[in-house]
Amino acid sequence: MSKRIETGNTACALAVLAAGIDYMAAYPITPQTTLSEKIANFAATGEFTGKYVLVESEHSAMSAVAAASAVGARTFTATSSQGLLHMHEILHYASGGRLPVVMANINRAVLAPWCLYADHQDSISQRDTGWLQLFCSNHQEIYDSVFLAYKVAEKVDIPVMISYDGFLLSHSLLPFETVDDSVIKQYLPDRDPAWRLHPDIGGNFSNVAMAAEYSAYRHRLADDTLKSLQIFRDSIKEYENLTGRKQPDLIEASGTENANVYLLSMGSMASEMELVATELTKQGINASALKLRLYRPFPSDELVNILPDGSTLIVLDRNIAYGHPGGVLYMEARSALYESDKKIRVLGGSVGLGGVDLTVSVLLNEVNRLLEVAKA
Amino acid sequence: MSEKMKENILESSVNPMVGLPHAEISKHKEHDGTEVAALSSKLAEMPEYEMVHKGTGACAGCPSPMGLRIVGKVLGPNSVVVMTPSCTVASTGMMPKSCFKIPVLNCAFASAAATATGITGAYDALIEKGAISGPKPTVFTWIGDGGTYDIGFQGLSAAAERNDDFIFFCYNNEAYGNTGMQRSGATPRHAITTTTPGGKTENKKNLPILMLEHQCAYVATASVSYPQDLFRKVAKAKDIKGFRYIEVHSPCGPGWKIPWSETIDMGKRAVKTGAWALWEAENGNLTINAPTLQIAQGKVKPASLEEYIELQGRFNLVTRSPDKDKIIADMKDGIEKDLKRLLMRL
Repeated sequence: MSKRIETGNTACALAVLAAGIDYMAAYPITPQTTLSEKIANFAATGEFTGKYVLVESEHSAMSAVAAASAVGARTFTATSSQGLLHMHEILHYASGGRLPVVMANINRAVLAPWCLYADHQDSISQRDTGWLQLFCSNHQEIYDSVFLAYKVAEKVDIPVMISYDGFLLSHSLLPFETVDDSVIKQYLPDRDPAWRLHPDIGGNFSNVAMAAEYSAYRHRLADDTLKSLQIFRDSIKEYENLTGRKQPDLIEASGTENANVYLLSMGSMASEMELVATELTKQGINASALKLRLYRPFPSDELVNILPDGSTLIVLDRNIAYGHPGGVLYMEARSALYESDKKIRVLGGSVGLGGVDLTVSVLLNEVNRLLEVAKA
Repeated sequence: MSEKMKENILESSVNPMVGLPHAEISKHKEHDGTEVAALSSKLAEMPEYEMVHKGTGACAGCPSPMGLRIVGKVLGPNSVVVMTPSCTVASTGMMPKSCFKIPVLNCAFASAAATATGITGAYDALIEKGAISGPKPTVFTWIGDGGTYDIGFQGLSAAAERNDDFIFFCYNNEAYGNTGMQRSGATPRHAITTTTPGGKTENKKNLPILMLEHQCAYVATASVSYPQDLFRKVAKAKDIKGFRYIEVHSPCGPGWKIPWSETIDMGKRAVKTGAWALWEAENGNLTINAPTLQIAQGKVKPASLEEYIELQGRFNLVTRSPDKDKIIADMKDGIEKDLKRLLMRL
């Protein structure tokens, strides 16, 4: 275990190397590029001994890693923005095929117009592809989430996407603690697939299915996605026990317990929201920040359990759910709370789009605006 | 297989036009250790191994299983195949059935080459690591002209440039067969398809030459009507490491509007008229095969292009046109120019 100060992309690359991947294919796109370059360097120096293929597009990158995963390899790819959108077709293929690919998506705004900076529209547009989605708010979470992603992906045979904000996290230097390879090896032994594409085993993968078979596959994927919630919880505990380091929960609360106001967000914004909660508390409003770590499946139980009856929930999204006021987290939170007996006022807004700087004062203004709306 | 078809195949094995006096018969070691002849001058001498189970859902006379049977006899059971949406997949049999004895990976339409790239690379990585034992299976694709010429071309070109270790087979029936005969980049000019009811107004692209220009390990054109030539080319490809491309010309009964018993005959006519050229190239070094070479050199008179056109319903607008003679003369001119350009590459 050692302390390092690196960029978010380097933290991710170090974890991918330690996770013992067999196969990687990637295509450069800003701000992901320095991540795949770092792993290319590991391949050049011999630290990475698996296969690294420099493909000509993200569509081919996802096609190649999905196929390598079908052969039984532990695979990785990384992308951003348009690259993720270009992969969309094959994201469905990977999840439908129950191929435990792990991918890092470095969040960036999408066309049109061109914009290079942090925005979650790319990953939330993949919400219904059947991928499990983790979000990170700092470099430690990026590093640790890589192992968690492989652990869960290979247990449930569903691919996992790890998202973190372009430039704000991908290119900034922050400290984080690495974990010894021997501990990682214990947490994440070599992949042992239930089936692999091989002449000794046979089979016809993804052949044409009639409605009954197709429908059964889809329902099973949906059920297993929900079941993965518990596997995430257990896998986080196991990692804590092995490393001795406390891990954030699926929804990590900070600040006052039994607060009146809760601030839910994901990505780097969630780190700033901790400071916003402190500021609000100073202003006499008991506030707590809620950092969402797992976006898909959505940890509804955690949210309902954390929120006290009569509290107010402010949800800030770095994305827009077009046709619905606010962003996707706002929609998810309202949906999760609907069945609850607790009476909770929920308000939401979309902020920081295209990388608009989310300083504490900007966030505080937005939160205060929404609190005014709540009063009215 | 119909009697007529058998006759056609047997005929081609002794037809001097095929021009395959195989002097050498080398041996190939199969996955199970048995040795099989890699070269054969007669169909009867080819390995008995059948990659395709009896009773596929393919149309009678479909060139796809014919080609795959020959390919299977060379590649044997230690192989895996990648398929994209195509007639071959539509006729495989619904899940959980499969008419193929080897594992098949079905993938998205534009993904054939990148998928094969992933498979072959994963075998390399896992065999190197000791996670699976060798020998490495032969990885190949069996893709129509849509997945090759059009939607799949980007990935194909990139895999060739990277020299990824697999064989890309294109079975070219000159239209999108599976979706009901729409035009493709491989459809010849004047052919009627469901999206070109007035006849295609553009020329087909010469994809094999584009692949030749990638100067990859091995590029060849073949035809289901010349099974020995196909067999020999697959055998050669099998022994080469790196990217290999083999395009198999595949006349299609419903697409070309020809009797389903005439697949083989029409494939031969395509070659003998010069409309389809047989050649191969190792690392960009071209060899033109018989009878294409002899036709191109003017040593053998090409077969009648008029008959080739008239026998295919897809060219009815040409056959019935008052300008028929001029159109066919233009077509002949195009074929002659293509063959001349091919000769100049020698």
